[in-house]
Amino acid sequence: MALQLKNTYSKNEVTSWPIPNAWDALALLFVITVLVLLSYGATAMMGHYDVGEKLTISLSPKMLPYYALRSVIRMFIALACSTLVTFVFGVWAAKSRSAELIIIPLVDILQSVPVLGFLSITVVGFIVLFHGSMLGPECAAIFAIFTAQVWNMLLSFYQSVKNIPHDLREASAMFHLSSWQCFWKIEVPYAMPGLLWNAMMSMSGSWVFLVYSEAISVANQNILLPGIGSYISVAIQHADRGAIVAVIIAMFIVIALYDQIFFRPLLAWSDKFKAESVDSESMNDSWLLNLFQRTRWFAVIGIFMKKVGSMVVAIKWRRIKVMPTIRPVTKNTKRYLSLLFWIILLSVVAFILIVLWRFIFQVASYHEALHVIYLGVLTAIRVFCVIIISCIIWVPIGVLVGLHPKASRIVPPIAQFLAAFPANLLFPVMALLIIRYHLNVNIWVAPLMILGTQWYILFNVIAGVAALPKNLHHAVGTLNVKGFLWWRKFVLPGIFPYLITGAITAAGGAWNISIIAEVVSWGHVHLIASGLGSYIAEMTSIGDFQRTALGIVVMSLFVLLFNYLLWRPLYQLAEKRFQMN
Amino acid sequence: MRVDNKNIIQIDNIKKSFQKHRVQELLVLDEVNFDMREGEIIALLGKSGSGKSTLLRIIAGLIAATDGQVLYHGSPIMSPVSGLTMVFQHFALLPWLTVLQNVELGLEAQGVKNKERRKRALEAIDVVGLDGFESAYPKELSGGMSQRVGLARALVVDPEVLLMDEPFSALDVLTAEKLRSDLIDLWQSKKTNIKSILIVTHNIEEAVFLADRILVFDSDPGKVRDEVIVKVEHPRNDSDPEFRSLMDHIYTLMTKEKLDSISQKDHDKSITLGHRLPDVEISEITGFLEIMNSSEYEQKVDLPELADELHLELDNLFAITEALEIMRFATVSRGDISLTDLGMSMAEADIQLQKSIFAKSLLSNVPLAKHIHQQLHITDNQRLSEDVILKYLEKDLSSQASEEVLKVVIEWGRYAEIFAYDSNSGYLSLENPE
Repeated sequence: MALQLKNTYSKNEVTSWPIPNAWDALALLFVITVLVLLSYGATAMMGHYDVGEKLTISLSPKMLPYYALRSVIRMFIALACSTLVTFVFGVWAAKSRSAELIIIPLVDILQSVPVLGFLSITVVGFIVLFHGSMLGPECAAIFAIFTAQVWNMLLSFYQSVKNIPHDLREASAMFHLSSWQCFWKIEVPYAMPGLLWNAMMSMSGSWVFLVYSEAISVANQNILLPGIGSYISVAIQHADRGAIVAVIIAMFIVIALYDQIFFRPLLAWSDKFKAESVDSESMNDSWLLNLFQRTRWFAVIGIFMKKVGSMVVAIKWRRIKVMPTIRPVTKNTKRYLSLLFWIILLSVVAFILIVLWRFIFQVASYHEALHVIYLGVLTAIRVFCVIIISCIIWVPIGVLVGLHPKASRIVPPIAQFLAAFPANLLFPVMALLIIRYHLNVNIWVAPLMILGTQWYILFNVIAGVAALPKNLHHAVGTLNVKGFLWWRKFVLPGIFPYLITGAITAAGGAWNISIIAEVVSWGHVHLIASGLGSYIAEMTSIGDFQRTALGIVVMSLFVLLFNYLLWRPLYQLAEKRFQMN
Repeated sequence: MRVDNKNIIQIDNIKKSFQKHRVQELLVLDEVNFDMREGEIIALLGKSGSGKSTLLRIIAGLIAATDGQVLYHGSPIMSPVSGLTMVFQHFALLPWLTVLQNVELGLEAQGVKNKERRKRALEAIDVVGLDGFESAYPKELSGGMSQRVGLARALVVDPEVLLMDEPFSALDVLTAEKLRSDLIDLWQSKKTNIKSILIVTHNIEEAVFLADRILVFDSDPGKVRDEVIVKVEHPRNDSDPEFRSLMDHIYTLMTKEKLDSISQKDHDKSITLGHRLPDVEISEITGFLEIMNSSEYEQKVDLPELADELHLELDNLFAITEALEIMRFATVSRGDISLTDLGMSMAEADIQLQKSIFAKSLLSNVPLAKHIHQQLHITDNQRLSEDVILKYLEKDLSSQASEEVLKVVIEWGRYAEIFAYDSNSGYLSLENPE
């Protein structure tokens, strides 16, 4: 093997192109396929469209690959936008105290606003903006997907950047890194593992809303964008069982594909950003990354790209020296400035509230507002009950799985996969059951709210049990602690922090999904449970902006109330009393 | 020696205070003055929390002083300047970069071209003796090797002044010793353009081993208390009598600091309600008493000797002796410590008796404990919130110190069984736990 490249640090100085190997051929094939597919999908996105034009969706399974491609492109564009917004606002919030005071509460509120709410507000705007082009509805759909993805990514990034160890910051100041270099060399790598995990969760979460972002039926618009979401919507309308089965299979394939092609390589790559040493068992492995690492020709391209990347990082903008304040402003000026900031901030908030108030109560009566709050209570009860029930179901199972090393390796990826699966595909099944057995709609739609997010409870519990120190297991074992006592004094307190994290994630999802779970259809049957979700769904579909806003405001308030009164205290309790070390 | 050499850095009347609660200010550095001259290693020696690391960061330009200025070749330092660089206590390496990339970081920031960057980085790695590890990640390295990377990263930017923040304190004893002598070799070999080194440490031996000049730092507020010139030739040997006597001298200086603060109330060692109780665990008090009472030791024991034998850090030793004095278990004078009768009976007692001796002494000698005890007796439900006590303490102490004092008094009080404490509710009470 005379041609073998020496794998040393000096490999950057490559002057000639090496001879490609067999892996290069495979990689080339792969890259070309991806590029062709992407450009094909992208051209279709920019086609012609007039308001009112009827876009037909074929229920033939042969069309599914094409629809899947369109949907996936939308989701990745949304993911790219989310990442960009995350970078900009996450860093801004982490670095500036006044930006933090605005951005973080805002994200908190926006996170609680249901995705459908954003869609109904923005769709008309986008259609007007891109008049006569497919880009209008496309952008509206992408924006809706974006709002389902971005918030937890932003919060995760902000948290990570805030938590960067102090001495790393000092070192970067000592060695004169510009803020641009600091961002790429320190902040992004440090935040990468958390950000990636959240991006995966976002991706999973947004599949559920695909049906509503592609088959736009808000604000009197009736647009069916070609995509899996629209396919599902049409299949439900026509009560076509065969199509539903086909789309379920297609979804499995699509999720597996983007997981293997996109997230696995990223996960394997991001292992190096984890500060602690990772044992080889929990290392992420990716066949695709391995493939590219075995190529020669592509390796050179990779090195070239790396060089370009490091040149971009080294760009000399934002290299203005940030002077540590040697009293440029006196204390009094500072105080006035912060006072001024608060006055402006509070008056803006007050202004928005007044405008919103007048806008809503222009048509709605106060009595109606009370009724909406009552509906909110109904939905809240549903959310609360399903969380409790799924804890009762999944905690014992999770504990059992976690105790068996083999099971705890096999089950989490499956649960993760199921979490990515859009649960609303199973809604028709529930609808059929409710009709056949004459079940109470108000009760039996509740399980649908947690179908997609219950998995977070399961794999958090598994992780929690796995994290319990071995010697604690042994200690408890030698004391012969068994049965109920074992659960009450050992396992439940031990996994409490994990359980709470899982429950918070599940509850957040459940609220958002209530809008689609409280209205279940199959063919011409529409089952509507009374609740805040169905109220918002109804108001958005008839295009009543005031009442939609009312519903959204009430839902946001409920979510915030839940967060502040229930989840935060529980989380703090978990951190304070039940955290190991 | 090199005393006549010209000044590189002047530390001019530095003051630093942190604001607490808007009104209260905590003074951490007060009127610090000294010069750094060409060709010398200076050690800033002091207890932890004496503000020496803060001072180092002010010199580095990382934080601003409240008053006074640091001059580098005559111009004030406002932000990190090239020419000064720093080695960190916990290395501060980027875990996602290889050794080589970590070392290149500073050059990259300066915009040095690829080829030259690589050449200089490899040289620096060579100088600290890490060749062969260029492509390793920090998590693969031991602490000693990580600090070598930290040093290489500092050297590669060709600094004039090297600032070191307790660089060897996170390492084990053997590794630290090796790195210290390597540092001296490097310093003497003149392979670098470093003209002066400032090293912050709380280790007397380290200071004597490395420095040409030792600045003994006083705490609360931090200031330079004494200056010790070390004229022993390198390589220094810690068994050398001159070395030993210097260490003893510094020990006396540092205990003198403690003694001075106590001697004002020498005859009356009683403390006030808001006294900053030393953070000492019960086991340290009883363990120390028992060791002192063992046949090995005379009635009176030399403190440096004892510290050496027990492998106690300076801070810890002073905290324990202070606690013993407050509780009237021992007396300290001129670097010697001796047990009182009470201390001896405490050392010889069994656990239950120890507890009751401790309780009695606590109630009569620690006003805070007595106050809490009384308050608990007069309140209706015999409960008292820790916040009340914290508020009370914050009249005299910073909020952080208050919390520490509360923690100590709770531990001592729990041991003495004069009150109970529930960490969930944050209430002190007279109840016994269910």
